[in-house]
Amino acid sequence: MAATEEITPELMLAFYRRLYPFKSIFGWLNHEHAPTRLFTHREFAFTLAGDVYLRYNSFSNAEELKKQVCALNPTRFEIGPVYSARPRDKKTVRPAAFQPILRELVFDIDMTDYDSIRTCCSDAAICNRCWVFISVAVRVLDAAIRDQFGYKYLLWVYSGRRGIHLWISDKEAMELTDEQRRALVNWMTVIQGGSQMHKKVNVRLGTRPLPPSIQTALEPLAETFSELILADQNCFESEEGWKSLLHLVPDQKIVAELTKQWERDPDRSSEDKWDDLKAQVKTLSKGSTQRNLLMTAIEDIILQYTYPRLDAEVSKHRNHLLKAPFCIHPKTGRVCVPVNPTTIDQFNPEEVPTVGQLLRELDKVAAGAPDENTEHHSDWEKTSLKPYVELLDKHVSSLMEEVRRSKRGADLSW
Amino acid sequence: MFSSRTRSTRRGNTSQVERHSILKYPHRLNFYDRPPIDDITIEEFETCALDRLRVLAEIESSFVRNRPWDELKSIALEQCKTYLPLNASSATAQPIDAERKKDHIGHFVLRLAFCRSEELRRRFVKAEMALFRVRYDSDDAIEREEFLNSRDFDWVPVPDDEVKMYNAELIAAASSYRDPRDRTPLDTQKYYKVKWTRVPDLVEKRRVFLKAGMAYVPMREQSSIVFQEFQTNLEKALEMTAKALPRLDEDTRIVPILDNLSQGFLAGVSSEWTASSSSGNGDELTADMIDDLSKKHFPMCMRNLHECLKRDHHLKHFGRLQYGLFLKVLGLSIEEAIAFWRKSFSNIPDDKFNKEYRYNIRHSYGLEGKRANYAAKSCQQILCNDQPGSQDSHGCPYRHFSADNLQTALLSLYSSQGLTAGDLPEIMSAVKQNHFHVACTRVYEITHANYGVKKGEGVGGGESITHPNQYAAKSRELEKAKVDAIKTEMKGDVDVIMS
Repeated sequence: MAATEEITPELMLAFYRRLYPFKSIFGWLNHEHAPTRLFTHREFAFTLAGDVYLRYNSFSNAEELKKQVCALNPTRFEIGPVYSARPRDKKTVRPAAFQPILRELVFDIDMTDYDSIRTCCSDAAICNRCWVFISVAVRVLDAAIRDQFGYKYLLWVYSGRRGIHLWISDKEAMELTDEQRRALVNWMTVIQGGSQMHKKVNVRLGTRPLPPSIQTALEPLAETFSELILADQNCFESEEGWKSLLHLVPDQKIVAELTKQWERDPDRSSEDKWDDLKAQVKTLSKGSTQRNLLMTAIEDIILQYTYPRLDAEVSKHRNHLLKAPFCIHPKTGRVCVPVNPTTIDQFNPEEVPTVGQLLRELDKVAAGAPDENTEHHSDWEKTSLKPYVELLDKHVSSLMEEVRRSKRGADLSW
Repeated sequence: MFSSRTRSTRRGNTSQVERHSILKYPHRLNFYDRPPIDDITIEEFETCALDRLRVLAEIESSFVRNRPWDELKSIALEQCKTYLPLNASSATAQPIDAERKKDHIGHFVLRLAFCRSEELRRRFVKAEMALFRVRYDSDDAIEREEFLNSRDFDWVPVPDDEVKMYNAELIAAASSYRDPRDRTPLDTQKYYKVKWTRVPDLVEKRRVFLKAGMAYVPMREQSSIVFQEFQTNLEKALEMTAKALPRLDEDTRIVPILDNLSQGFLAGVSSEWTASSSSGNGDELTADMIDDLSKKHFPMCMRNLHECLKRDHHLKHFGRLQYGLFLKVLGLSIEEAIAFWRKSFSNIPDDKFNKEYRYNIRHSYGLEGKRANYAAKSCQQILCNDQPGSQDSHGCPYRHFSADNLQTALLSLYSSQGLTAGDLPEIMSAVKQNHFHVACTRVYEITHANYGVKKGEGVGGGESITHPNQYAAKSRELEKAKVDAIKTEMKGDVDVIMS
């Protein structure tokens, strides 16, 4: 899957010098054209070759950041919160005067959390088929956050290998306290319990209806369930697969029955097995408690296999660092590009440009038409990085427009 | 004033009207928006604060002991009766105004004492919140209504057409958690609309309907907004007080009193288990003793981690943290800890270990980074914080294992110490009722029966397990006592022979 070419420091340096969209990133973090605290008091952390980790860097403007990135040539860098003082002055201010105050609300969805259910790959590997898990998660989470919490400025960023990040830049989202972040994450978390817990969905009491937010998500997920889990991934084909399904069925008689049937016929597909289970439920009389119990269990199973699995710790604390968009994933060489959530189904992680590919594209352009214009920072326009930077720029300009509007509104009120 | 007068006229008691109109504190509950501005003596200053501190300290210790809310409430009310009585406005025979003044002053003095550090502020807010809740719950319904009307909480009643529009969602949100015995019809419920950030506790438990950032809070959950408001106000006020405190140098008599008060709170209840005995008894722990110790003395959470570590030669981050800090407090030195983890992570090459894990181990011993002396995690922290993800093995087995896995694990881990399948139903019923510490304590009793531990005795005097290190330390004490007893007996025998 990964580009086999080696990612050399020279390659990285050329990428930072000529391609990395520092200006767009600055605008996205700063919300305005002139540098504000949102940028100047922001923590940047660099990972250098040999696992050297430099924390608490901060910069006055985009040029300063670019200069330092080119000087250090990190394998990647991360973005932290806005502190009450400049992070680079951390050692000179009182600890009490150095507190994280603002931070995008971030989410991290990682393929490893799906290892227990996906059948196509495992560990670091990712293919088009397992990407469907991610795209389902994106659709559910994106819709829920916009509709329930009313946030508008969501930026989805492919993490370069097997996951996706979400950055929310709305003013209210930036201002959330850790406690409020925790509440929001728990509202969104449905899958819970360690490797020793079979049933990981416990969002209701007994056979009560689901909370409305989860009920809304269930309908599209039911569709995903039959396409992804039953047809494509065929999760219940193997013995291990169907046994973990039966662990979630709260009726010992049905479990015994199905075990017998499926042991006799080991080649039964997941779709057939799911139909078997549903047929068993239909034999119970309508309206009986046992039938209701199984109907809710079926809903819970669908959720357990399809509902987004979040890495909750990332979202709960303002001072958590997260890799900056457009960094290069050190293992795959792919750029961490922004992704449009409305067309996430068509996104193919294997088509994301790698750093080597981009620089070759650039060489070709230079060889074709020697350019007298030596402006380096807009070189991305000549490569396949262009649509991704434009996606971010569009996001930034609408964000800036909103900030301008609210500022004008505040001025008028005087 | 207006509201209290209308109520009194409704009751038709004219003498009360006069009485009420002269009350300086018309309500029993107080949001402490305004500081007291009277002159008071220095003795009054101190006694008001000390009496309130007694109540708060009891509340805090209830939290630490994991008492259920009802028990905490009755204990707090009992304490209040003795030290800080606060009667309803209808209790005409009581010196209501004086009581309320004392409550008012005590609160503000303690603010001065507890605004000084983050830690103190956090604990003070938590205890004050609980006290406010206890009083709010026990307040007379009419008087509470008056109190709520006297203050602007900035909540918007949801108009009827909106209630109709979201009717299905509102009912689903309400019925997904409510008590089955509660038969009040749901569709006549009144709702208030507030920004969701003001009711994070309700959002966290999915007890409200959310739309475009607004939470639709049912009338019944109104208290949640009030408590949240109380907390936010107090937090802000404490921070402001902290900033203003350095300029409080008018009276040299006050500072020593304040110092004393905050000391008292700190020393009063210790929430951390500190192993004082393990380091003093001379026998140093070494890395290769751990395996043996784990089989004899570790609670299930730690035994599980130990077994996982042996099986996988690896533990994920929170697993390392939970187990590593436990071993630290057990008495494992930093050198031995590194040796232990190095040997356990046998699949990991040396340079990777040195790069990725050594720092973390040293960090947990306070030798790197901010050099904090981290305490081992208590049961409460293990149960409530850092829930295990789908690949993790940390946490509390009684809570985080499914029932059948738990039973299998219990038998395989503890049958050598005398736990039989016959004991399982009792343990499982405790687990089912979410009394995880009771289940753990019971396992302790069963596995230490040969030391003479009886049912209901716990780790001594009926005390239950609240910390994994407490479990291990008590278990080791029992063994040591037994060994010592045998030794003295043998010595006795020798003496007899000698004579």
